[in-house]
Order: sequence, then structure tokens, then C-alpha cells
Amino acid sequence: MSMSAFLATPLGVLILTLVKALLFLVPLLIGVAYLTYAERKVLAAMQLRKGPNVVGPFGLFQPFADAIKMLMKETILPAGANRGLFLLAPMLTFALAMIAWAVIPVNPGWVNANINVGILYLFAISSLGVYGVIIAGWASNSKYAFLGALRSAAQMVSYEVSMGFVIVTVVLCVGSLNLTAVVEAQRNWWFCIPLFPMFVVFFISTLAETNRPPFDLPEGESEIVAGFFVEYSSMSFALFFLGEYANMILMSALTTILFLGGWLAPFGLAPFTWIPGPVWFIAKICFCLFVFLWVRATFPRYRYDQLMRLGWKVFLPLSLFWLVLTAGVLEFAGWLPVT
Amino acid sequence: MSEPAEKAVKTVQIDSHAINFGPQHPAAHGVLRLILEMDGEVVERADPHIGLLHRGTEKLIEYKTYIQATPYFDRLDYVSPMTQEHAFVLATEKLLGIEAPERAKWIRTLFSEITRVLNHLLNLTTYALDCGAITPSLWGFEEREVLMEFHEAACGARLHANYFRPGGVAKDLPVGLEERIAAWAEKFPNFIDDLEGLLTSNRIWKQRTVDIGIMTPEQALAWGFSGPCIRASGIPWDLRRAQPYEMYDKVAFKVPVGRNGDCYDRYLIRIAEMRESVSIIKQCLAAMKPGPVKVQDRKFTPPTRREMKRSMEALIHHFKLYTEGFHVPAGASYTAVEAPKGEFGVYLVSDGTNRPYRCKIRATGFAHLQAIETMAKGHMLADAVAIIGSIDIVFGEIDR
Repeated sequence: MSMSAFLATPLGVLILTLVKALLFLVPLLIGVAYLTYAERKVLAAMQLRKGPNVVGPFGLFQPFADAIKMLMKETILPAGANRGLFLLAPMLTFALAMIAWAVIPVNPGWVNANINVGILYLFAISSLGVYGVIIAGWASNSKYAFLGALRSAAQMVSYEVSMGFVIVTVVLCVGSLNLTAVVEAQRNWWFCIPLFPMFVVFFISTLAETNRPPFDLPEGESEIVAGFFVEYSSMSFALFFLGEYANMILMSALTTILFLGGWLAPFGLAPFTWIPGPVWFIAKICFCLFVFLWVRATFPRYRYDQLMRLGWKVFLPLSLFWLVLTAGVLEFAGWLPVT
Repeated sequence: MSEPAEKAVKTVQIDSHAINFGPQHPAAHGVLRLILEMDGEVVERADPHIGLLHRGTEKLIEYKTYIQATPYFDRLDYVSPMTQEHAFVLATEKLLGIEAPERAKWIRTLFSEITRVLNHLLNLTTYALDCGAITPSLWGFEEREVLMEFHEAACGARLHANYFRPGGVAKDLPVGLEERIAAWAEKFPNFIDDLEGLLTSNRIWKQRTVDIGIMTPEQALAWGFSGPCIRASGIPWDLRRAQPYEMYDKVAFKVPVGRNGDCYDRYLIRIAEMRESVSIIKQCLAAMKPGPVKVQDRKFTPPTRREMKRSMEALIHHFKLYTEGFHVPAGASYTAVEAPKGEFGVYLVSDGTNRPYRCKIRATGFAHLQAIETMAKGHMLADAVAIIGSIDIVFGEIDR
């Protein structure tokens, strides 16, 4: 049986899919590990510190040391907790953060599932993320965790609405829900230029969506200690942690695809186009992640009601207005994409 | 009233839930235990519990000679040690009827202000940390380190100084320290600018602190506020100005006063006070002249090593001073200083022996802590955290 014939059999398809999935997941997990390292280094630089510098050269093995430490710890099940749900929640969070990557294109054709409703799929997956948080908060049977879960639920719901409108605006300009098509539509102009206000709204919403400062209310250290994962330890905690960082990378990837032209080189100019697309894609993700960290070092935390006000009274009207404006301009200028 | 109408209206009583805020809580500033009755996110009742750090300081002092009692004051509010020694030392001097020489007074004024900066740096930055801004605290600790080194240079200890003594200070400043402090005072305002750049006009910081935990001037007086907290409420009360001690009547400084009495004003007052402190430090350094740093009466202050090697009397004085101590004439005195947190007072009763008969300490934070319920009621949980940060409490001092 030849190689191509074997790959056509059900077993072959299965193996191929697994390999493709691993090709995404392994770099992703390494990325997550080094994102924690980068975060500590960047914050340290901004705070006049050194950051991790003991384990390995420049502290580069620190993430692995942390991982081993986490694995060695005991998983504590609180007495009053609902055991099943308590253990399910971190798995859910982590799994959802991983499966979203199935539709992310890194280069033309470099995608696991090039489905035509890629954006909808992503949106659905990121909305499901709130379940992990709520289940964790409820199953812990702790007041702090419960408050954190409630905050998180309210926060994610509020920000998804305006995020939805932002995405609709982009989709209007593209005429497709396929992520590869979204990137290809930005050949001439990255959407962050014509849709700049939407870009800002989207980026801030991704901060809120991933529970990052200044919107880290669900885990507000100084208020509700650690929020929804206050009762978690060991790997069950680590899964939340990995999930959060994977979500950060995911949201940065989404920002890159929707607004920063994905794998396209800036302006399509010669010296830039010599650099392969995936490098651009990763560089843009790194830039977004850097802003995530920069914001964390700079801003205090919002209060619960202020966060709600920002979501419902500022971002929602703004994104709604811009959506209508974009639709109007596209219609009257005759720029509507032909599908 | 007919019965069906009553049945139609159904009243559901929703219980408030209590949160045990502390003693192990990241924002509890030490060992504060706060029982918060919450209605969702809104604080209905805040009940501070104290005593988890009670060490019986006041009673211990009754069993120590006056010199041995001084270090206990460092350990009260461990963030601003020297100003508290100051209150006790001044009270002892008042009862003894002695006065420190001029250079000692300048040194004490200088270090009181360094301590004020030390305290405000810690408070402001951890206050910001409580509100979620992580960078100020790390910047602040970097600057505090420099100040701690000044402490170390002057007295050998970074934190628990035991530098001020009845009759002066433990020893003169080492050579070069004055220049180092002067150099620091030149560049420290830049750091304040950096800190303000992160916070003062930051929208989120303002949203978190403006109009939070308002204390009217009347309330502030009624609850016994002092220091930056009462000045934020608009009452220009500063003991350095109202009843000057040491050299405070010889230096020019402004007393910043707030308008609204909210958390933001308390923040601004402390920032302004740091700037004033730098100005006082510069004036102290300019005015200091060489001279003795302790009373030249061997009944109260120890002789030099060199003297002890040659003079029998000096040796006897040294021995008596460090075993028996000095006897303080019977009497009582309430002496208060403007500690960084507010009025820190010592009520010292002497029965004529070498040990205090009673030493009552008026802790600053105690008065502020008791008003937490007044300030936090009706605010949200996150505001309660901001309020705790803004009133600058340290439990070493409250629990004593």
C-alpha cells in the first residue's frame, strides 16, 4: 500500500489529523510556557527587577521548573466541594482554550480545519469559556470563589456583545466568515487602519474576555484573593493557568487575523515580503501579547460596576454606531464585497 | 386591608452573606480581620476585629528602664519607626527636664522626615497595589531601600532603629551621610513625578478613589482622625505646625489640605507631604552645624568609649546607666508627635523610679480603623479595599 493510499484509509486520516493537531498544540503549549516566562521578564523590566534568572541560562528553564513543581503538589479537594464538577471545570477551561486553535490559520493553507464559519466557531468556543469559570466558582463551595465566578459571568457576557458587533463589522468588510478570507481581504489595508476605533474596542474587550488586568476582577487578588480558582491547587490550578495564557495567545491571534493582517507583510513591500508569513503572524501575536503585559504593569484594576458601565454604556453604543456607519459607507460607496 | 392583597405581595428576605476578610488576605495590611456583611458586592457592615498582633507592649514597657523601653516603639508601627521613638523620647525628656542639643534636634527632625517619606512610600504604593496597580509598589520599594540605607548608616539597623535616645541621639551621623542624603533629596522629586505619572491622572485610579470613603470634617473630628487623613478632610491640623517640637518652628513647610476627604484626597495629601518632607530635609541639612549630639550630662547619656578607658567616674556612669538606668522624677506627660500616619502620642506616668509606671500609647491607626464602617458602608467590596489602603493602618501599632 502506498503512502497516499494509506492516508486515505480511516486509520490514516485519524493519524494525519492527530499529527496535524499535535503540530499546533505542541508549539502552542511551548508558547504558553514561554509566555509566562516573557510575562515575568517584561514585568520585571518595567518594575526595575530582574525576573527569573536562576534556573538555566537567563532563567529560561523556569517554566519547566514551575511545571514540575505543579505536578508534584497535592490536588486538594475542599470538603464541601462538588468533586465531579470541581475537577471538570479546569479540564473544560483548558480543553476549550485548546480546541479553539483548530481554525486559526497561520499561513495560507496552514490550518487544521479551514471551515467557512471559522469566526462563529471561535466566538462560540470563547463564549463557552465562561462555563469553566462558573462551574469552578460554584463547585468550590467558597464565598470568594463564588463572587469571582459571578463577576466573571457578568463580565464575559457584557464584553461579548460589543465584541460580537466588532466582528460583524469586520465580516461586513470581508464578506466571509472564513478566517483565511479575512486575512486575504486585508491585502491592501489592514483593518486596524480603516476600523481603528473598532480595533481599540476589540483589543480592550479581549483584555476583559481573558480576565487580564485591568479587568482581572474574577481573580482580583486584593479583593477576592484569587477569585474562582482560590480553592484549586496543583495541576487543577495549572490547567486554569495554562488555559488563561492559551486564551491570551488565542485572542492575540484573533486580533492579528481580524485587524493586523494575519501573515501578510506590512504594506506588501519588498524587504518585508521576504520574511515568511508565519514569522509575521507570530511577530504580530507577540506584539499583542506585549501590550497585554504592558497594560498589566501600568493600570490599576477596574471596579465591578465600572467595568459593566464601560462595557454596556461605552463600548456597546460605540461598536453599534460604527457597525451602522461601516455598513452605510460600504453600501453607498459601492464597496460591499461581492460574494 | 383585605387578605388576598397581602397574599399577592410576596416579600422575600434575601440574607446578606458575611465575608471573613483577613487575617490572611492579600489586602489586609498585616493581620486585619474584617467581617464584612455583604449584599452581593455591596458592603452593609464592616466589623474590624483587632488584637491578633497584640504583644503587650505597654505592659512590657512598665518592666523596662527608660532606655530599654525605647526599642519597643520601633516595633509598633514598623513602617515608621523613628517618629514613634521620638514621641517616647520627647515625653521622657519632658519629665526629666532636659533638652537635646541643637545638632541632635536637627538630626531628629531630619530623620523624622526621612521616616515620613519611608512611610508614605510604602503606604501609597501598597494602596495602589490594593487597587490592582502592581508597578508602583516595586518602584517604591526600590526607593525605600535607599532610605533604609540611611537608617543603617546612622544607627546600624535598617528597620528597628533605636536611634533617638532620651537626651539626644545614639551617635552622630557618619562622615558623608549628609552629602548622600542631600544627593538623594535632589533626585527624589523625580521619582515622585514618576509615581504620579502612573497614578495621579490615571483614569482608572481616579475612578477607583475619587468620592470613595468620604469623611466630612465633622466626621473626621468625631472619629478622632489625625495626620493626612484629617487634612484630606479639609482640617489643617498638623502637630508640626500647631505645637512645634524639635526644629519644626525653624523650617518652612506647607501643610497640604484636601477638600473632599475621599480616598483620592488622602492619596494626594501624602504625595504633597513627601514633597514637603524633601524640602524640610534640605533645610535641615543646610542648617545642621557640627556639635554634640547628646546631653553632656552623664546621668542621662553614656560617656564615650575613650572616656571610659581613662575615667573611673565615666565607667561607673556607664555601668549605672545600662543596669539601673536613670530615675525619672514623678509626674505625667502626654507628648504627641506628628507621625507619618497622624498624631502618635505617649502618655507617660512616672513614679520617680527608673521604670515607667504607666505608658499609654495613642496609636494613630486605631482611630482610623474604627471609622472603617462609616466609610465603607454602602460601597462595594473593591472600595472597602481602597479605603483600607487609604487610611494607612499598620497592625503593630493598633494591636500594640
